Amino acid sequence: MNSMTDEYVTEDGRRIGGTVMDLRNITLRFGGVVAIKDISFDIRQGEIRAIIGPNGAGKSSMLNVISGFYNPQEGEVWFKGHRRGPMRPYQVARLGIARTFQNIALFDGMSVLDNIMTGRLNRMKAGFLSQALWWGRAEREEIENREAVEKIIDFLEIQNIRKTPVGRLPYGLKKRVELARALAAEPQLLLLDEPMAGMNVEEKEDMSRFILDVNDEFGTTICLIEHDMGVVMDLSDRVVVMDYGRKIGDGTPDEVRNNQDVIDAYLGVAHD
Amino acid sequence: MTDSQTPSGELRSIPALLARNVARFGHRPAYREKEYGIWQSWTWSEAAEEIRALALGLLGLGLKPGDHVAIIGRNRPAHYWGMVAAQMCGAVPVPLYQDAVAEEMAYVLGHCRARFVICGDQEQVDKVLEVARSVEGIDQILYTDKRGMRKYDHGRMNPLADIQAEGRAAKQRLQDELDARIAALDYDGTCVMLYTSGTTGKPKGVVLSNRNIIETARNSADFDRLDRREEIVAYLPMAWVGDFIFSMGQAMWCGFTVNCPEGAHTMMTDLREIGPTYFFAPPRVFEGQLTSVMIRMEDAGRLKRAMFHRFMNVARRVGPALLDGRPVGWGDRIAYALGNLLVYGPLKNTLGYSRIRVGYTAGEAIGPEIFDFYRSLGINLKQLYGQTEASVFITQQPDGQVRSDTVGVPSPGVELRIADSGEVFYRSPGTFVEYFANPESTASTKDAQGWVATGDAGFFEEGSGHLRIIDRAKDVGKMADGSMFAPKYVENKLKFYPAILEAVVIGNGRDFCTAMLNIDLTAVGNWAERNNIAYASYQELAGNPQVYATLREHVEAVNRSVADDPMLSGCQIHRFLILHKELDPDDGEMTRTRKVRRAVISEKFHDLVDALYDGSAQVRTETEVTYEDGRKGSIKAVLRIEDVPVFGQAGARKVAAE
Repeated sequence: MNSMTDEYVTEDGRRIGGTVMDLRNITLRFGGVVAIKDISFDIRQGEIRAIIGPNGAGKSSMLNVISGFYNPQEGEVWFKGHRRGPMRPYQVARLGIARTFQNIALFDGMSVLDNIMTGRLNRMKAGFLSQALWWGRAEREEIENREAVEKIIDFLEIQNIRKTPVGRLPYGLKKRVELARALAAEPQLLLLDEPMAGMNVEEKEDMSRFILDVNDEFGTTICLIEHDMGVVMDLSDRVVVMDYGRKIGDGTPDEVRNNQDVIDAYLGVAHD
Repeated sequence: MTDSQTPSGELRSIPALLARNVARFGHRPAYREKEYGIWQSWTWSEAAEEIRALALGLLGLGLKPGDHVAIIGRNRPAHYWGMVAAQMCGAVPVPLYQDAVAEEMAYVLGHCRARFVICGDQEQVDKVLEVARSVEGIDQILYTDKRGMRKYDHGRMNPLADIQAEGRAAKQRLQDELDARIAALDYDGTCVMLYTSGTTGKPKGVVLSNRNIIETARNSADFDRLDRREEIVAYLPMAWVGDFIFSMGQAMWCGFTVNCPEGAHTMMTDLREIGPTYFFAPPRVFEGQLTSVMIRMEDAGRLKRAMFHRFMNVARRVGPALLDGRPVGWGDRIAYALGNLLVYGPLKNTLGYSRIRVGYTAGEAIGPEIFDFYRSLGINLKQLYGQTEASVFITQQPDGQVRSDTVGVPSPGVELRIADSGEVFYRSPGTFVEYFANPESTASTKDAQGWVATGDAGFFEEGSGHLRIIDRAKDVGKMADGSMFAPKYVENKLKFYPAILEAVVIGNGRDFCTAMLNIDLTAVGNWAERNNIAYASYQELAGNPQVYATLREHVEAVNRSVADDPMLSGCQIHRFLILHKELDPDDGEMTRTRKVRRAVISEKFHDLVDALYDGSAQVRTETEVTYEDGRKGSIKAVLRIEDVPVFGQAGARKVAAE
């Protein structure tokens, strides 16, 4: 277990604050299958927190618990000092949590710009009539939100595909658009479900750069699941390791790397 | 502006031209840049205010007259302003190629002893910081884009916008000093220093005076009747003399609008949105566009394709004649007008060329088919011949006298003569002052009367008086049997094929000529896709037997055409290979303006050259490559070498020898 409790500044000058998300003794079952077994860990303000583990370890389930999509049978989820009950997805979004998906979930027929604009929907308050006539509040909101979206487009360097329908983009760029859409919601906590899955080396490098930049520039707290160990160890401040629904390690990349349970889980040594 | 009273008779510096533009048409747009999806624009008055604030800020940081200010970044208004602001302070702007790797940058920054460096973004700052470890004298680093810069030590580093803010705050304290510096600017003082890429040796710093730039801008603007209504797109490297003349010299002289694209990737979209009236591009850009048009037409429906080809035939027949104002029959005129409505107009619109009044291509020879394609659409594309040392213009083509095989008549104010050796010499108001800190090179290039050797061999065509360039004078050599060897002549013929991106012909002092080729990944890649040929890399596609067969046909066709020229028939290609990597400025094989460096190539690929001449059918090789971030790697390959039939006398001789 990580013993640090106070605020601190990382070697590269980022400020890590107190606990944002606290998961206490979470157990999640699907019928008789126990997906997550009594796991506790926290995510702190401004850090990059990774969840790793072999296939079927329960990582995605864990992320879905954090995002409020799954409601655990046992345990407590505390977000910014409040205990969180079962929620609808839009309520989670309003709390300031945004995510990307393992299998890209964009609107293929819509342009990159429009896709990212959907990330701002929570901020559009104009009524139906105003929207329909594009007058008054709707127009004002559209301009404000477009500006915010353009800044994200600039940040992620996707100006050249602004008007391209998402369906025509290569995989790596779609992932980037998905990140852009999540960022458009200006989240406090950003959940990334395998952001580098299926990418080539160059795309992974780009994506890593963007994740670090997002964390650095906007101070966004990031929780990510990833298979690529190299990427995880380079990016994250702290890592949770899961295996068969249990937590087998938690700490800085170095601590985790030298943890015998983790090594066994990854190398497939028989448990006795 | 306090110096807006400068009378027009004293336009002796760029800052003076700026003041005049503010006074005459301050409300007209001077700069536009697409950012956040919108064209942001600045009028001359607004731009002048920004520039002045920046100049005051630089003054506050301690910029002294005669200091060099390096500018490294893409085309952005802020970077152009940085150059003018430096001039206001009496300093000399030195724009550098932003894609240069750190060691190249180190040489230039060390050579000119730049005290201030203006960087576009974090990438450039990182390079400069790396350079600053070995090069002394770098005092202040300024940067435009703040992204990722928060954690750097800002002891001697500032965002450009902050410096402007400080300049505004220090206005009362510093404006008298600034005005005094602007007033002290001299017509023969240095306006800018540009490093020439140089196909051999280290880059040289070409010092151009205010006189060079302003007189050249005036003469060339008069030649093409440019005025304040022109729109140009600034996208070519700022370190290249052409961009300085077009986006700075002519823009300031005429007062037209400089539009900066959002980024390199959005260039084509931005070009289309702006619709420039005055446009410059190297042949490469025109070739690339033509290739993409042709590829897209292949994908179009049958009706559209038929319409395109039918009307393009009309255009090819009568388009250039119409453009030159030569007589054309009524039937053809009607067919052309119809074609304009259905094909040429929409095509030009798609390319962003609807409004072009004057277009130039230079730097390399352009393929006649490519040249004629654009001209037949009614785009007034012309050629010019120039170099950094001449502030660009040596010769250019007047409207109505445009051909693909000449480079035109001497530009206004330029005197030309051809030496006995065939080398072209010029003397002009734009002739450079000197190479910075390099009197030997200055003396060997420019004589006491101001005549400058271009290094190119050429001749005046009888009748028209147009200049024709044969090749680089030092590249023209002799074959073992004494016949003339002009590699560029053959290379250009090869490069006119869309499949061939680059060609290097070898043969000086040898019995016969050989060639190393680069395929064009866009054109050949598209062909491969159509023919269901899978490939993973450039290397793999380049080694494909069908690609070899296609290129062999091209080389054979070139040989046939070279054989027709009795003087150069010895330059036919006997053997060739396709290189396993693209020639790249990062590896030193080309200059930043993409001219091949023969010496580097023949040394680096000496094993390939040997194989080309020892008759072997294949060769195993390993080559070091430099990645964009400066890291090194290597590629291994086995290359095939193919024999090609030769024609005419050369063929006969070969048979006789056997």
